[in-house]
Amino acid sequence: MGKLRETILNPLFKNNPVTVLVLGICSSLAVTVEMKGALVMALSVTVVTGLSSLILSLIRKTIPNRVRIIVQLVVVALLVILVDQILRSFEATYAIDKQLSVYMGLIITNCIVMGRIEAFALGNKPLPALLDGLANGLGYGLILLTVAFFRELLGSGTLFGIPVLKAVGYPGNGLVILPPMALIILGCIIWIQRSIDKDLQE
Amino acid sequence: MEYLSLFIKSIFVDNMIFAYFLGMCSYLAVSKNVKTANGLGIAVVLVLAITVPVNYLLNRFILQPGALSWLGPKFAAVDLSFLSYILFIAVIAAMVQIVEMIVEKYLPSLYSSLGIFLPLIAVNCAILGGSLFMQQREFGNILEAIVYALGSGIGWYLAIVTLAAIREKMAYSNVPAGLRGIGITFITVGLMGIAFMAFMGIAL
Repeated sequence: MGKLRETILNPLFKNNPVTVLVLGICSSLAVTVEMKGALVMALSVTVVTGLSSLILSLIRKTIPNRVRIIVQLVVVALLVILVDQILRSFEATYAIDKQLSVYMGLIITNCIVMGRIEAFALGNKPLPALLDGLANGLGYGLILLTVAFFRELLGSGTLFGIPVLKAVGYPGNGLVILPPMALIILGCIIWIQRSIDKDLQE
Repeated sequence: MEYLSLFIKSIFVDNMIFAYFLGMCSYLAVSKNVKTANGLGIAVVLVLAITVPVNYLLNRFILQPGALSWLGPKFAAVDLSFLSYILFIAVIAAMVQIVEMIVEKYLPSLYSSLGIFLPLIAVNCAILGGSLFMQQREFGNILEAIVYALGSGIGWYLAIVTLAAIREKMAYSNVPAGLRGIGITFITVGLMGIAFMAFMGIAL
């Protein structure tokens, strides 16, 4: 049981896929202008990493080693199409899916998904693989939401579209909404994490 | 003239790294020195320039709504666009394999300098992103798609080589312990991005 617990807790902090392993950066920066988009993205990635790890772990003994990348890509692409079509079919999520635009499709090439399959799912039983996939998705989501929190709060003065700082007369800061600030905020998060956990320092 | 403007725009204004964060993982992982960055940059330009036009034809004649009308009026209402992700990634994986074989046969020196990067490019977000943006922008003809692919490839190349050069120099500077390595790299890329925003006002 202790091992399973570690599988779940490790990716959230100590072995976070974004800040420690530096995977899946593309989307984690691009979709963090607002909390809403970040939340949908985080959930989609969690579902895709979890399920793809589970499926590939189930069929791991039947895949020839040489063609495994293509098999992985096909499984992941199918899952992403499913998630994308589901999001499109509800009115509430349709607008968010539109706003995520190409980054939804880019979950296919999100390094976290492929990385977890290669590093964990292909060598482990289905249950730990599923948990590992889900936990890594959540670790990714945690960072996504943290970055989005600061960007939306400082950028437009709102949270989930509800005025917070804006209500007390904060005019908004256009620079925080621009792409480069996402990198700088993520850099600062890494700085804080590595100052607390000295083992991670290079 | 409009091709030139599209070309310049896709290099500087819509830079894949600084405006859209595409291909960030390999961008950060492989930018430790200029030589390897150079290899990966060339591979990205090459693969983008091949896959985007191929996917353009695929999108134009098979995927987009009404694209199948060349088969007869019965097919005019077919919309296969939900298949784009899987077809695009299949084309990319296949093309990367073909490019790898051709380069290995005819340009062995380039092949050995690209090394492991060529096969890995199949899972680089910049490549799939290029095709998805091509689909979203609805280019009028294939020439525009080629120009766009070349421009964004060169923009990516430019970005990775400059970052690698900065990181080589940064090895000598005294960075706070917690920021060393990846932390300071993020902040550097952020500052480079702000510098690249100066191109945003250019109207071509």
